[in-house]
Amino acid sequence: MGYTLNFNLIWRHFDKLWGGLLLSLELAVISIAIGIVIGLVLAVWYVSAGRAVRTIIAAYVEFIRNVPLILLVYLVFYGLPTVVDIAYSAQTSFVATLSLYSGAYLVEVFRSGLEAVPRGQLDAGKAIGLTPWQRLLHVRLPTMLRITLPALSNTFISLFKDTSVASVISVPELTYGAQWINFNTFRIVEVYLVVTAMYLLTGYALLFALRLVERRFKAAR
Amino acid sequence: MLSQIIYALPFLAEGFAVTLWVSLLVVVLSLIAGVLMGVGLVYGPAPLRWAVRIFSDTIRGIPILVLIFFVYYGLPAVGLHLESFWAAVLALTLFKTAQVVEYLRGAVGSIPKGQSEAAMAIGLTFRQRLAYVIFPQAFRRFLPPWINGVTDAVKGSALVSLLGITDLMQAINQVIGRTYEAMPLYILGALVYFAVNYALSLASRRLEQRFSFIRE
Repeated sequence: MGYTLNFNLIWRHFDKLWGGLLLSLELAVISIAIGIVIGLVLAVWYVSAGRAVRTIIAAYVEFIRNVPLILLVYLVFYGLPTVVDIAYSAQTSFVATLSLYSGAYLVEVFRSGLEAVPRGQLDAGKAIGLTPWQRLLHVRLPTMLRITLPALSNTFISLFKDTSVASVISVPELTYGAQWINFNTFRIVEVYLVVTAMYLLTGYALLFALRLVERRFKAAR
Repeated sequence: MLSQIIYALPFLAEGFAVTLWVSLLVVVLSLIAGVLMGVGLVYGPAPLRWAVRIFSDTIRGIPILVLIFFVYYGLPAVGLHLESFWAAVLALTLFKTAQVVEYLRGAVGSIPKGQSEAAMAIGLTFRQRLAYVIFPQAFRRFLPPWINGVTDAVKGSALVSLLGITDLMQAINQVIGRTYEAMPLYILGALVYFAVNYALSLASRRLEQRFSFIRE
């Protein structure tokens, strides 16, 4: 083996990793926020729509779930600008991709959540004279969100890890920072040890925090 | 445009074969390693249980891309030289193994304790209990999520393109580099991945329905 660990160069360039971590979190937060909107709209639409709309939404969900994320990232960043006349930065492109990606997973989460809302609650809403819109807003969605909270936090944490794919289009997030240090200092083992620790600590800290939130909003039974 | 893509088809097919080969290796190797480690996690002594738990939670806590780079760039640094193809297979296998460990733990954990106790009471050895009592029942719980997880191996294999291995993803990028037909080729690639993975997820759903008669 004969490899001596030397972390000095890692600490000297730690700003690359720290900035990268913050950017990874930012990408994940923005993408899940947009993904939640996509997921909610499509899930509500799905449960009330006819066959044609359902087929289209299902096609979107299945397509995204069965294609590698890296291909979707390439497709949006390198492919799309060749057919539509818009210019966007790598970061915008990645956020758009990850939003569409998380949206597809969240449609499924929200759809099953909507179906899990007890029938009696909706009937009760009807009985006290709520309009369909009010029933959706005050009965169905709040209950559904409580039910789906654990799945939502899991999706967020896996999105945080998925932001590493942004490095393939040179978005300077954490994995990109790791590669930069890898190629410029050759302290390879050290940098990946540090980055592994950073992903793990952040991921488990997020998990812990989100579990606290879940406990606070746990569906009353 | 179309003629250029048709001209590239044999090349893309070779890439696709590499994708399938990587996926197959990863799926088979991780199945063996994952089942062994999963049994260790459920039945092993405390130190072994801890080791598997730490392995699984660490691997599942980091992005697969970081794991691939770690193995690919890190192993030569400590004096282990693996061909990039095998470094990629090793990294993907480590990742998938952690998943298989969890599928196995879930499946075995779902078998009521009484089954194990009854098997012990009639004098079966540990191996016999696993082979004749636990595994046949746990298999039906293990199979659907495992097949569904094979799609993750196929999707994950696209990342080996970053190590310069000419899988389907890399073949597509190379053809685009020559023809500049980015959109049609990415869509073609997406459809190929979709066809493979969608078939797998349909199979998984079928099996789940097939086994849905099992009551808790």
